Amino acid sequence: MERTYFTGKIWVLSDLEGQLIENIDTDQIYHNAFLHITELAKMGEYALGNLEGWKDFPKKAQPGDMIITGRNFGAGSSRQQAVDCFLALQVSLIIAPSFGAIYFRNAVNSGFPVLKSHDVERLVLEGKLETGDQINVNVLSGECTNVTKDFSFGVLPMSEVQHAIFQVGGLFRYGNELR
Amino acid sequence: MGKTIIEKIIQDHTQDEVKPGKIVWMDLDIRSARDFGGPNVAKHYEREYRDEPVADPTKTYFTFDLCVPACTLKYADNQQICRGFAKKHRIAVFDVDKGIGSHVLMEEGLACAGKTVVGTDSHLNILGAVGCFGQGMGDVDITFAFKTGKTWFEVPESLRVTIKGGFDWPTSAKDLTLFILKNLGTEKAALKAVEFLGDSTTNLTLSNRITLCSMVTEMAGIIGFVPQFDEPFVQEILDFSGEKMMSIQGDPDAEYSDEVEIDVSGLPPQIAAPSSPTNVFDVSELCGTEIHSGFIGSCTNGRLEDLQEAVRVLKGKKVKEGIMLKIVPATQKVYAELLQEGVLEDLFRSGAIISNPGCGGCAEGHIGLTGRGEVQVSTGNRNFAGKQGKGLTYLASPAVVAASCVRGEICSPEDL
Ligand code: SF4
Repeated sequence: MERTYFTGKIWVLSDLEGQLIENIDTDQIYHNAFLHITELAKMGEYALGNLEGWKDFPKKAQPGDMIITGRNFGAGSSRQQAVDCFLALQVSLIIAPSFGAIYFRNAVNSGFPVLKSHDVERLVLEGKLETGDQINVNVLSGECTNVTKDFSFGVLPMSEVQHAIFQVGGLFRYGNELR
Repeated sequence: MGKTIIEKIIQDHTQDEVKPGKIVWMDLDIRSARDFGGPNVAKHYEREYRDEPVADPTKTYFTFDLCVPACTLKYADNQQICRGFAKKHRIAVFDVDKGIGSHVLMEEGLACAGKTVVGTDSHLNILGAVGCFGQGMGDVDITFAFKTGKTWFEVPESLRVTIKGGFDWPTSAKDLTLFILKNLGTEKAALKAVEFLGDSTTNLTLSNRITLCSMVTEMAGIIGFVPQFDEPFVQEILDFSGEKMMSIQGDPDAEYSDEVEIDVSGLPPQIAAPSSPTNVFDVSELCGTEIHSGFIGSCTNGRLEDLQEAVRVLKGKKVKEGIMLKIVPATQKVYAELLQEGVLEDLFRSGAIISNPGCGGCAEGHIGLTGRGEVQVSTGNRNFAGKQGKGLTYLASPAVVAASCVRGEICSPEDL
């Protein structure tokens, strides 16, 4: 089945002033003290565990929730756990103005949807995207609707390549399909 | 609309539309793994694809260079894992005697202008020196590349850097590179392909271009190209690799995200202080800083010409008593040239320690970690805390490192 439409509740990763937090690095996403953990299911409880104000995220997040965050999300090291912890919590996707280059590669290769958007910074600033809002996202076309506040906005659609890897569930499986 | 160099190379290797920001499937001419990352590639491959063949063994290589011959059990084991995998899949290995993988790929004529090469070496973008699109990637990506001969890539924007003016000995390509780093920092070239243009780039030799392109990694760039290939340069690469390579130029109407001009007229020798390659000063500003050791080598400054520059300073002089000067040629071929040209003897007579080829001395390789409190001047490309041990590392040209080892303190060759 094609996975194109997503619907879920959003978490807006903002600071006390309501600004989107920028440059959240992989150590803030997944603290290096827990790098020894190899079982995916166990990684969820450490997601955002080193990000001020968001340490209780794993307790609050529900499967299917989405994350909206500031620019250069996933800067820094190449640790895969910073992607896997969200897969473990069944977070469905992340939207940000931009991502760290290695983080983006790791996420795409794991079949985890990371989407870029030029609009989210402004929408958060204007109060049009708030934690708890219900959002619909079409990852292929990039069309999004905020159901709670009843308006539409856009994210950059997934490229064909990213979509193809995503549909089969990761880069290795994609390699198998090419047989 | 016209295309930049990187757009042309990628377009040549994909059916997809090539435009900055677009992700395309790119065919790979060469895929490689080294003794770091390589063992993980072998393990992932066995787990995911078991006995299935790699896409093309003749385009797949292992290059051992980090710790050669292995001086830790971990490296010894890891190299064995790679050799076993290589044998099973009939993949060629450039083993521990051959030298730095990226240089070997150029010397063998495997990395050529217009080609695409990936490997587990974060400085593989050094291949831009011959107009080749080289890219370092993680072990997951390289496993996939071994299996399929492809990778996905987001087409980068391009930055044009025009270098104005010229400079004289003892200022060298390394000083030029450090000065560019000082100007661009880690922001201006970030995630971009950089094209270095201007009259003084025409005179750059292959080893000069290797020095410049190797440090695009430290500028946070994707890759650097020096597209001006005049006749002597084309001949130089032909002699070097046996391949006739033609320059690839950006189109006049290609779109560049930004243009920068850097004036290097009369540039004095440069040095990067700990612990960032962008922390660059004139050598004269740090003159007199006490040192304990020096290293000349690495993919940035490990070629014949680099060591000849060192000899120009060292000939007839002695490394100061108590100072270690470690010299590591980039490859076996360079080692042979050093023998032939008599450079090895000059280096030996100056009191330098000369090792077999490889990366040693740059990362935590087979020669020369620094201890706590040790101050080292190095021709390498990174001086981050911990990269070469617990000491402090300054980055400079071969001539400046040589002079500083004669004095026992940071100085320029002119100060001797
Ligand atoms: S010399 Fe240093 S930077 Fe260059 S490839 Fe070897 S380890 Fe990497």
